[in-house]
This record gives sequence, C-alpha cells and structure tokens, in this order.
Amino acid sequence: MITAAAVAGMLSLVALPAAAQGTASRGPRTADGKPNLNGIWQVLTEANWDLQGHAAAAGPMIPLGAIGAMPPGQGVVEGEEIPYKPEALATKKANFADRLKLDPEVKCYLPGVPRATYMPFPFQIVQTPKFILISYEYANAARTIYMEDPGPPPVDSWMGQSVGHWEGDTLVVDVTGFNDQTWFDRAGDYHTDALHVVERYTLRGPDTLMYEATIEDKNVFTKPWKISMPIYRRLEKNVQLMEFKCVEFVEELMYGQYRKKTAK
Amino acid sequence: MRCWIVTLIGVACWAAPPPKPANYVPPHTADGQPDIQGVWNNATLTPLERPAALASKAFFTPAEATAYEKLALEQNNRDRRGTDATSDLAGAYNQAWFDRGSKVVPTLRTSLIVDPADGKIPYSVEGEKRMAAAADYARAHPTDGPENLALADRCILWATAGPPMLPGPYNSNYQIFQAPGYVAILIEMIHDVRIIPLDRRPHLPGSVRQWLGDSRGHWEGNTLVVETTNFTDKSHFRGATGNMRLTERFTRTDANTLTYDFTVEDPATFTKPWTASIPMAKSAGPIYEYACHEGNYAVPGILGGARAQEAAVAAGK
Repeated sequence: MITAAAVAGMLSLVALPAAAQGTASRGPRTADGKPNLNGIWQVLTEANWDLQGHAAAAGPMIPLGAIGAMPPGQGVVEGEEIPYKPEALATKKANFADRLKLDPEVKCYLPGVPRATYMPFPFQIVQTPKFILISYEYANAARTIYMEDPGPPPVDSWMGQSVGHWEGDTLVVDVTGFNDQTWFDRAGDYHTDALHVVERYTLRGPDTLMYEATIEDKNVFTKPWKISMPIYRRLEKNVQLMEFKCVEFVEELMYGQYRKKTAK
Repeated sequence: MRCWIVTLIGVACWAAPPPKPANYVPPHTADGQPDIQGVWNNATLTPLERPAALASKAFFTPAEATAYEKLALEQNNRDRRGTDATSDLAGAYNQAWFDRGSKVVPTLRTSLIVDPADGKIPYSVEGEKRMAAAADYARAHPTDGPENLALADRCILWATAGPPMLPGPYNSNYQIFQAPGYVAILIEMIHDVRIIPLDRRPHLPGSVRQWLGDSRGHWEGNTLVVETTNFTDKSHFRGATGNMRLTERFTRTDANTLTYDFTVEDPATFTKPWTASIPMAKSAGPIYEYACHEGNYAVPGILGGARAQEAAVAAGK
C-alpha cells in the first residue's frame, strides 16, 4: 500500500534540487516540521585569524608571546584563494599590516556576517516559524532572520538585513544592506557596502550544523567565493551565553589619550 | 464607575481601574507556552515615580490626564535651541528625536510605580547616603576618564533598557521570541539580547556578575515570571547594588497589550521591595540595529573637550 506520506516523499525527491537531497537533515525537527536549529553553537576553526590556509605565526603584540600567536589553519575558502581584484588585494595587505589600528574586532565593533559565525565565541539560535534570532556572545551582536521578506533593507547596518527561506532541509539566508565597516577576519580580508552574503545552514546530525557562505562584492572580488565549515553544538550541562560586553575593555585603547593626567 | 477620594477637596472617578481582563486567553506556541511574541513598545508619558506636584494624587481624572499629556508634549517640543553653540548643543533634542509616546498609561495612575502607594522608590537612609556619595564623586570628577561618564554615554548599558525594562526617551522597542525552553528579548536600545532559560536551572555562581544579571524564567499560568540576580555593582539600577533581585512578570492582557510588572528588592538600598507596572503595546516593528559604540563620538568629544578646556585655562586664555 502506498501511503500519502510516501507519495509526498517521492514527490519531494523529484522536486528537490540535487544539492538539497545530498544534505538532507538528520537532526531534530520543530513542531512545524523544519530542521530544529535551536541551541547554542560554536565553530572550532582558525578562520577568524585568516579565512585562507596559513601556517602558525607570531602575533602583532610581542608582550603576549605564545598567547597572542596566530594558530595554524588549513583554510575554509573553496579553491583556497579569495579572488581579489589586484587593487583590492593591495588594500587587504595594507589592512593586515595595520591591523591593530584597523581591525574592527580590536575595537569591539559589531562583527558583520559571516564573521559573527566563526568568531571564537558561542552563539544561540532561537527559531520560530516567522523569525529566527541569532544572538552572538561576542559584543552582544544580534540579528533577526526574517522568514517573510520584509522588502529592501531600510538602511545599511553592521549586521545587514537577513531574509531566510527553506530549501528542503537547508536554511538559506540572503544577507544584504551592509555598511563597509566590517572585516571577514584578522588577516585584513574586507568588503564594501556592495557585499551580498548567502548563507546555508544544514543539520548533519543532532549536534553538527554544516555552514556555507557565498560572498559577493563586485567592488572587491572578481567573482563570488565560498567558505564552509562545521558548527558544533555546545553540550555542557546548563550551557548558556554569557556576557562579553567588550566596550569596557577597549576604552583605554580608544579613549586613553583623552584621560585627565594626574598631577605630577 | 468607581470613585476615590484623592484629595481633601476632590473626588476622582474613572472606569474600573486597573483594567486587567483576567479572562483574556492568549494564543499558545507550538510547544504550549502562552504566546507573547512580537514587537512591543513601552513608551509612555507616565513617569516612573509620582511627581512631587501630584503627591496626593494616585490617579488622574480623564480631563487631568489629557491636560498632563498636552503639557508633556509641549515641553518635549519646545524650542530648545540656544543663543550660543554650547546651549544649542546641550538642548537641541526635541520631539523629532524623543519618542516617549503621547499618552499616559490607561489606568491613569500618576506613576508607573504601583507599590508603595505613594508612587515613590522607598530608598533607605543607607541607600540615599551611598547615592549622594556617588553623586558627589561624579561632580568632583565629571570627565577624568571614560569610567566617569554615564554607562549610556559609554554605550555599555542603557539605564532604561533593562532589566528591568523602562520606557526610555526613544527606541523603547523590544522583540520577543519563543522557542522550546527559552524566551528571548531583543532590546533595540544598544542591541542587547536577554535569553531566558525556562528549565529551572540554577543561577550562575554568585562570583559571576553580569551587567544585565542572570535571568531564569518559568510560567505561572499565562504569566511569564523571570527572576534576575548576579548583577554587577556597576549596573546600579536606580542606585541598587549588585545584590539586587529583580522579579518580572509578563502577562498578555489583551491581543495588543503585554502587561509588564517588575519588583525590585535590594535591602542595602531600599526599605522594602517596590513594584512598577507598565503596559507594552504591540508594534509593527521592525527593530533597527542600534550600533551605539560603533558611532560613539560622545566619549572622545566630552573627554577631548574637557582636556582642551583645561589646556586653555592653563595657557591663561
């Protein structure tokens, strides 16, 4: 006997693009039948140091010694190299050379997307049918993914405007409306306000989320490029996001020059 | 209609206060929580504490409320532009910037504080002494360094953004999300997020302190009850210490109203617990990104200006 569910299943196999079938979710589901992405997640990658493959190196702060050194990473960029336009590559190199002054992370600025995902801090997904909130521990950054298109972004912002939809069991998020202030990593990889990011979140099991981001910016790159990495569920008992309100930690750096000098 | 004697010479009448329809049945989420999701705005012209001029008056009459609203809006809208650059900068905010709403709370109560009955924060002598000492220090050291400036100027914590969540001068917007085991509140003012677990887990260890404290929630019927502890001494909500204990109650009292009550306890600062009640109105949204620190010209401006002034004085100018 062929049940209605079986027919629906066969139809969906026909209707789904091959890519979506290949990444069929194997994790829990929400009440409305979507993959359940709720939880506290974190990457285990050196991507925030440099999206591209890199050997270990000394860090920019000599007094920090090994604490501040750059750990090695195999890279998360498909095709290994980010396809920079020649003049943009020069800007990236200049960014890196002056990174202590220029990297927005140094100043506790909002991280943008996709960098928020692979900062070395956990984030929590709160999933509802209409909105998906992602709350990042780093700098209290937050973004709301609209599952119903709200129209064009009303204004440019640090975290952009996120609009999501499901392709099979993959959450696809289209992010636009960025300003030109964020970087992709500590290596000076950057973008302009023409940035367009398409993210794909696919559960690979109950505790692993596969993440892809396709990055497009006609002012900086010759073509779109892609990064990918797994994200892992934080499984500690009673795990919760804590506060990393880092503004307080950068005040001396940013405003120390304006401090009143004590009488000598 | 009920009538209360509110002064020696007058009687105030209003329609059945407080209007809390206990019979409203809220929708529920798929996992069975009463559904309090959506964008909510708590702007109101009603002050937290009852103004001294209304000391004997717990409630406005409708006519008094209308007059109060008119006056409040006129004050917010008055031309504050000064005759020189200094006064201009200090007072240039007007209604184009402020968004305190245009109404007092529907109960017509003259303060958001409902307990104690006088509508005032019940400071203890010790609490007042500590606040006075802090104010003296602030006057003596207004601009020595960033830590002398207001937390809001530093983009660390907005005094009204919570917890507890009070109406602010503008951006009094909150979006609530619910997923199994959690309620999350996205606060527009300087993009804070409160994530409240509902699984009765213990609080963080007492040695771990956070600006926004540590919140735990549970449902009592249709009311979300949130207990928050583990504040820092620097959060100092209305002068409270880090040992402040906050209890918030969220109840959807009709389709477009989320009634928000909170009780503050801190024996080191207040003689007794005190409670405020604020109606939050459903809003279309959206919540905008308030990138406060990223655009902070206030801190370098205030401190840099103070240093320039000192240099000018030292140079005898």
